[in-house]
Amino acid sequence: MAVFTKPDFKSSTVKSKKKEIPEGLWTKCESCGEVLFNKELQDNQMVCKVCGHHFNIGGHDRLRFLLDPESFEEHDTNLIPVDVLKFTGATSYVDRLKTYQKKTGLNDAVVSGLGKIEGQAVSVAVMDFNFLAATMGSVVGEKIARAIERGTKKKIPVIVICASGGARMHEGMFSLMQMAKTSGALARHAKKGLPYIAVLTNPTMAGVMASFATLGDLIIAEPKAMIGFAGARVIKGTTQADLPKGFQTAEFLLDHGLIDMIVPRQQMRSTLAKTLGYLGGRHTHKS
Amino acid sequence: MEKIKVQPLEFEKPIVELEKMLDELEAHSKEHAVDITDEVAQLHQRIRETKQEIYSNLTPWQRVQIVRHPRRPFALDYLKLIATDFTELSGDRLFGNDRALIGGFATINDIKCLVLGQQKGRDTKENLMRNFGCAHPEGYRKALRLMRLADKFKLPIICLIDTPGAYPGVASEQRHVAEAIAVNIREMFQLQVPIIAVVLGEGGSGGALGIGIADKVLILENAYYSVISPEGCAAILWKDAKMAPQAAAALKMTSPDLKELGLVDDVIPEPPGGAHHDWEQAAESLKSAIVRHLEKLQKTDIEKLLDQRYDKFRAFGVFEEEEAAV
Repeated sequence: MAVFTKPDFKSSTVKSKKKEIPEGLWTKCESCGEVLFNKELQDNQMVCKVCGHHFNIGGHDRLRFLLDPESFEEHDTNLIPVDVLKFTGATSYVDRLKTYQKKTGLNDAVVSGLGKIEGQAVSVAVMDFNFLAATMGSVVGEKIARAIERGTKKKIPVIVICASGGARMHEGMFSLMQMAKTSGALARHAKKGLPYIAVLTNPTMAGVMASFATLGDLIIAEPKAMIGFAGARVIKGTTQADLPKGFQTAEFLLDHGLIDMIVPRQQMRSTLAKTLGYLGGRHTHKS
Repeated sequence: MEKIKVQPLEFEKPIVELEKMLDELEAHSKEHAVDITDEVAQLHQRIRETKQEIYSNLTPWQRVQIVRHPRRPFALDYLKLIATDFTELSGDRLFGNDRALIGGFATINDIKCLVLGQQKGRDTKENLMRNFGCAHPEGYRKALRLMRLADKFKLPIICLIDTPGAYPGVASEQRHVAEAIAVNIREMFQLQVPIIAVVLGEGGSGGALGIGIADKVLILENAYYSVISPEGCAAILWKDAKMAPQAAAALKMTSPDLKELGLVDDVIPEPPGGAHHDWEQAAESLKSAIVRHLEKLQKTDIEKLLDQRYDKFRAFGVFEEEEAAV
């Protein structure tokens, strides 16, 4: 075992180039370039106060913004992804997993459990794009399926905050089958007359879109989130056609009647609480 | 012994060479009236051995080439051979009639059923009409309409999967292909009739799964079923589409791999070298598998069948579960 680890020069140079400002205090908006005070940015749920750009946030941050304080009870933290196909290729799956586990402190790309939104108990799952682009492998599918089943069992609403680059190719067909498993679980949840809300964040693509992300009783997107099935590059390559302006953005989907509404992050919690109030039926109640 | 009658694939060249030698030898003997019985017998033996050697050691990439062979039988070709009746039904009653995904009533071995199938074209003209077997949302919505019809009138459903994937295009996105696929997946879990899915050729990702939830999932010997095309995977993970043969192997997308991983229920044998070498034999093999599974499923109580269908897909996934759970 090496005593000294090689300093990571590459990442530190990239970092300093990007920010050009003292670390820890300020962040430059990726969209408008405005220099934002970190504390203020956090208070504004990581949304730029100038241009409204929604920064990518991790699963735990998301839950902090969404749920009643101290209400979150995390489940299924003990599920660990495995290299089931012994995927041989340009990169080793095991190495990729280790890198992202170290980077995010998560075992895989979903944080899930039980919580409350303005007093309403919900079963919630959040996909974290920082972990291997929240691609859907066995652990992602299993945690989401369990979150849905937990909702069915406890007769409470399910909320999934979606984000995904698509399939976890390293898990081959097991990745594809997560679409089946999660959609099947939603069929059973719906059969009990329970509400399910899908929240689409930047970006939500491919297999996640062709399963639980589009099966919500309500589908709510964050502003400007990229949302679609096939990637824009694939579409361009196949059809040789120019893509319409704003193609595959939340606004484009709203205009085409594919989602219910676009809601800024700071209003997501109150919107979920309000709409759940209409979807309660005889099952859900404030506790 | 049958000679290769269709356009040979690159890896079949050694067989074709030997067959050419045999032809020349026979022509020579006819012309010069020499007895070459022994030589002919020897050559026949060599052809047999070469075929055996090549066809029983197919690489994943060679199988991909087989399923993309221009003479590979498609859904409608099989229906002509296995069904005594096929009455096509059209349209999603919403937008259009997608000819990349066909459906209708069929009678197979006296069993009345509803068949859905992704359908490629045999030539350029037909391929334009059928979009190379890549369905738009209206195809998936037609499939759902027909599956609900089958549910209402208690017809078992047979889904013949053969698509490179759902069509990646602007119109497809605007009419929400992702939702069409997702709704099919969810609804197929609730259909109160037996469902059999068979991957005939290409099982391309979500586009295949959009008619892929079934009580039994079968696959033809050389067909593949994959989360992404080998070219697509190579382009993303290797940054080079030419690495597709490596990707095809890494993805474990062939029938023997899928059977071993428990992702398909049964592999349907094809004639040596693939279904395109002998349509009748391939169709017979397909028919007997469908009938065998269907007869068994029809005897199962429907509530039990639905539970089994759920449990089957619910179990797909491999992970470790550490103890001391929350």
